[in-house]
Amino acid sequence: MITFEKVTKIYESTGKQVKALDDVDLHIEKGEIYGVIGFSGAGKSSLIRCVNLLERPTSGKVVVNNQDLLSLSPKELREAKRNIGMIFQHFNLLNSKTVFTNVAMPLLLTKTPKEEVKKRVYELLDFVGLRDKADNYPDQLSGGQKQRIGIARALSTQPSVLLCDEATSALDPQTTQSILDLLKRINKEYNITILIITHEMGVIREICDKVAVLDQGKVIEAGSVFDVFAQPKTEIAHNFVSTVMHDEIPESVHQLIQSQESTSQIYRIVFVGESAGAPLLSQIAKQFDVEVNVLFGSITELQGTPFGNLIVKFEGEAKEISRVIMHINQQEVTVKEVLDNVS
Amino acid sequence: MLVDWDQILIALQETISMVAFSLAFATIIGLPLGILLVVTRKGHLWENAPVFNVLNAVVNVFRSIPFIILMVAVIPFTRLIVGTSIGTAAAIVPMVLFSGPYIARLIENSLLEVDPGVMEAAQAMGATPRQIIVRFLLPEALSSLILGLTIATIGLVGASAMAGAIGGGGLGDLAITYGYQRFDTVVMIITVAILVVMVQGLQTTGNILSKKIRRR
Ligand SMILES: Nc1ncnc2c1ncn2[C@@H]1O[C@H](COP(=O)(O)OP(=O)(O)OP(=O)(O)O)[C@@H](O)[C@H]1O
Ligand SMILES: [Mg+2]
Repeated sequence: MITFEKVTKIYESTGKQVKALDDVDLHIEKGEIYGVIGFSGAGKSSLIRCVNLLERPTSGKVVVNNQDLLSLSPKELREAKRNIGMIFQHFNLLNSKTVFTNVAMPLLLTKTPKEEVKKRVYELLDFVGLRDKADNYPDQLSGGQKQRIGIARALSTQPSVLLCDEATSALDPQTTQSILDLLKRINKEYNITILIITHEMGVIREICDKVAVLDQGKVIEAGSVFDVFAQPKTEIAHNFVSTVMHDEIPESVHQLIQSQESTSQIYRIVFVGESAGAPLLSQIAKQFDVEVNVLFGSITELQGTPFGNLIVKFEGEAKEISRVIMHINQQEVTVKEVLDNVS
Repeated sequence: MLVDWDQILIALQETISMVAFSLAFATIIGLPLGILLVVTRKGHLWENAPVFNVLNAVVNVFRSIPFIILMVAVIPFTRLIVGTSIGTAAAIVPMVLFSGPYIARLIENSLLEVDPGVMEAAQAMGATPRQIIVRFLLPEALSSLILGLTIATIGLVGASAMAGAIGGGGLGDLAITYGYQRFDTVVMIITVAILVVMVQGLQTTGNILSKKIRRR
């Protein structure tokens, strides 16, 4: 649906060059909710703005819906943009126009028949739950309501892709949640591919299927949200995961690891789903000749599924412990020995 | 002393028509000029450094000439257009040349105030440059444009009084011929009072209109 091939974006300002995107490859499938996370200045906005060529890449290829956007004429590009909706951190609504006109704007640009515009706009206002605000002006709405109007406007041309640049960053947690729920509904009901840019891992955890971590213009890690949460490969990805999964090993556990006796070994077990965690441990305690000791545990939800993180100590003979590990590995969990200084 | 009210009424009509016609023509020149000064800037819709630099310089030149000098300097041009260099119609020519570039600057300012995010949204939804100007930039700037035009109109009222000095007619002419040359202070005070009321009225109307459009 969206493919980036070796996309590089260099800004030139007052003689200095800033490489905002560095050789980025990215592939987003149809119907996916894809998140891109990174620190401020990582190049996130540059990346999403290259998807609809608000910013032209310095080099590389951007393919959306099987169209190589950089090869299109201005007219063809405008046509292509109607298939790519976009919402913004600061909503970017027209303050001088009513909610109705704001939502209708993309349709008015192509001289859509009046009746059709009216029908479509009310349909969308119903969808975002703001039909009664049709004649209000944006400055009479709350931030969350403005974003709903932004979403309705973005959907008016029935796009197959929706781009969200920090769409919830200006909103409080509760409103953020309701906007994320709305995005989820859009994805399900209309099968729209959604690309989300954020610096909040909570947003990724809440609705994304896949995630890419951007740092200094490079994609340093990408994969399914489960994989990245379970086994972040980079320090930065790990730090982002930690912001929502309190999986830092407490100091006391660190000390334990340091004074580790040869008869005990400490493991981190990452599990998904309700049945995978605790039952597994009690089963191990019964089946094997080892003592199971949970040192630390945390649990969070990934798209409605519990996602847990346990640090356990197995005490017993080394041979028996390795049998336990083999057994665990056969289950749908990941297990990793925790050494000191590995967190 | 007898006040000739008919004469004052005629002068008032002359002032109003001078200001109204100048405003209309100056806006016809100033609006596109102001828009061009915005969209030919770096990073804007029709980025074009040569066009921007030339327009910018031309506007600056006109803006730096005091009106009283401009009036005299353009007499040949005025003659070419209106056929004469005295009278109300003739006064309109320098007034337009004076006010057009001024209005261009005011419009430029108003348009630059528009949230760049709105333009971004317009571009994201595939609006043509023309649509961006007509459907996004101008409506969003309208409230501020009206305030700008109010200022320009008041400037024109002042200019029209000066134009009176070279025989343009109007309240300024009246004030000078009676007040200054014939020491008829009453007529002078009346004309000044009318000018004050006029300016107050214009500013108030402008404020109300602008506020109504801003909807806040
Ligand atoms: N128009 C521009 N001109 C020059 N440099 C730019 C421009 N836009 C972005 N940059 C630079 O490119 C880099 C990436 O910026 P970008 O806005 O993509 O980051 P971001 O990840 O979206 O950051 P944030 O989270 O703060 O929004 C930054 O170093 C920024 O200063
Ligand atoms: Mg950004």
